[in-house]
Amino acid sequence: MIEKDEQIFKPIYQTGKGFYITSVILLMIIAWSLNMYIKQVWYGLGVTGMNQPVTWGFYIVNFVFFIGISHAGTLISAILRLSKAEWRRPITRMAEVITAIVLAIGGLHPIIDLGRPDRLLNIFQSGRLQSPLLWDVTSITAYFTASTVYLYIPMIPDIARIRDRGGKLKWLYTFMAWGYQGTERHKRVLNRAINILMVMVIPIAVSVHTVISYIFSMTLQPGWHSTIFGPYFVVGAIFSGIAALLIVMIAFRKFYHLEKYLREIHFQYLGTLLLIMSIIWFYFTFSEYLTGIFGAEPHEVQIIMYKFTGPFAVFFWSMVLCNFMIPVIVLSFKKFKTITGIFIASCTVVVGMWLERLVIVVPSLANPRLELPMGIYIPTLTEWSLFAGGISVFILGYMLFSKFFPIISIWEVEEGRTEGLKEVEERIHSYLPAISNH
Amino acid sequence: MPKWAMVIDLDKCTGCGACIAACKLENNIAIVAPAEAQNGRVMFWLDIISSYEGEYPAVKVNRIPKPCFHCDDPPCIKVCPVGATYKNEEGLVGQIYHRCIGCRYCMAACPYTSKVFNWEKPRWLDDTYSCFNPDVSLRMVGVVEKCSFCAHRLIKIKENAAQEKRAIRDGEYIPACMENCPADAIYFGDIDNKESVVHNLAHNFRAYRIMEDLGVEPKVYYLSKKF
Repeated sequence: MIEKDEQIFKPIYQTGKGFYITSVILLMIIAWSLNMYIKQVWYGLGVTGMNQPVTWGFYIVNFVFFIGISHAGTLISAILRLSKAEWRRPITRMAEVITAIVLAIGGLHPIIDLGRPDRLLNIFQSGRLQSPLLWDVTSITAYFTASTVYLYIPMIPDIARIRDRGGKLKWLYTFMAWGYQGTERHKRVLNRAINILMVMVIPIAVSVHTVISYIFSMTLQPGWHSTIFGPYFVVGAIFSGIAALLIVMIAFRKFYHLEKYLREIHFQYLGTLLLIMSIIWFYFTFSEYLTGIFGAEPHEVQIIMYKFTGPFAVFFWSMVLCNFMIPVIVLSFKKFKTITGIFIASCTVVVGMWLERLVIVVPSLANPRLELPMGIYIPTLTEWSLFAGGISVFILGYMLFSKFFPIISIWEVEEGRTEGLKEVEERIHSYLPAISNH
Repeated sequence: MPKWAMVIDLDKCTGCGACIAACKLENNIAIVAPAEAQNGRVMFWLDIISSYEGEYPAVKVNRIPKPCFHCDDPPCIKVCPVGATYKNEEGLVGQIYHRCIGCRYCMAACPYTSKVFNWEKPRWLDDTYSCFNPDVSLRMVGVVEKCSFCAHRLIKIKENAAQEKRAIRDGEYIPACMENCPADAIYFGDIDNKESVVHNLAHNFRAYRIMEDLGVEPKVYYLSKKF
């Protein structure tokens, strides 16, 4: 049986040499970072570059960064579904997978950062719900649950399809398809579940990054104690999330030859969203720093100058370049807004957003309020290795997912062809008076 | 209930550092290798911060001994996810080493940078292994620690006082830094007791607290002509 969407099934049944080579390389990086982590547990956090007063480093930076990336998925796919954007159909699945994988990686980072990971269960045994860290534990767990369910439920019809085709791992697909047969009732139940989830997942996603910002803004430290941190972090998260989604889409389009599904128009629309988020991000950054400079509270100014002209100037201005200058220039002009251009802009945004997290976390710690010597933070090989390990887990996880499940929602694309077309026409009729003759 | 507080007379302080030495020995604080100490991993429960005013040759050096300030509204206990740092009813802010998970959130939240972390397995000089203070537990790698106002001394004093059926006298409970101060610049006692030395000094016109405007109500007062 040759289906119309055979192209999407292909990666599940055919695996090339490139896949194995990449997997081995990634596994090697992961094994190396695991080795470094075991060393860290054995010798203590002394193997990292952290110290007093810079008590938090790469791990917390990467924690905020990875959780930020995870907002790509669920939030974007939920918003697009909710707003009935028809062009969402080939991209929702890809977005949701990013969330599930990156959230698992990001959620591990605070544990990596612990001095006593063996006492992790103290959080449950003697946890204090008054602590912002516990808010994080709560909201990240909720988000992980919601987003994996939200990834899984819309996947059921596609899993059923793979089950019906037979072949490898039939027992797994039979189990995961939950007896879905595509009857009217099944479809109705499925759609209702998706509708409930997509509404539920949006406030959870917003809460997650708000609460992460609270870790910083609930303290009295200058540079952190800011009321706009909640929305600022959420905006940054969606911003980096869209960029990560674009990178993944462009990569898989190339490797799996999905040009038929991921068309120029999808990149144009997402590129426009990225441009909007870039401008909103700049607006928040501008407000944050202008109020600090204008109010000129000495400790606040000390930290701002540390970022503007001090040791962190190179990171700060690279951040502005990567998050604002390059994406705005690339995405505003039709000439540059090609798929290559969008790819470059997305890459700079991901780098820029990582720098943003670095610029938020470290300078406030490096400049204590008292007249102590300024702190220096130089990450060691351990921290770099674990960073590389985290990224490798993401890539490998994504690759493996694409070998078991279709990364484009087949039934949704099909639904778009049949029902979506009609529905949109009717919808447009309902928007406007007398569009047709009747 | 007494409320323990400290007063440090900066006009008397010579900046000799005897308080640091006494503190390190009293509390079995680990000795950090010089290279590590240079990297900002030095372990002091009581540190001396130095600030410099003016240009060479007319430089004025300010030396300020800084223990934990045992705030009445401590930012560190608010953020601890497991309740490993707490304030007791006598106003002492303590740390439970065996519960601490080492997230270092309290260190990030402390506006006075008073806490230190065991980055590596604690080590001591070879000679000191035989003369630990038996009243103070040794810490393990990966936990946060800080000045306790020598709370272990209070336990003994309370027992003595209870046996003799009397209240604790002013000046009976003193931390090691005060005991060792050659200039008698450190005072310690119950600030709620109107007769105590500390209460009177804390209400002296020279008294001030560092960054009072943060509202965390530190219980270490400084005396200085300048203010």
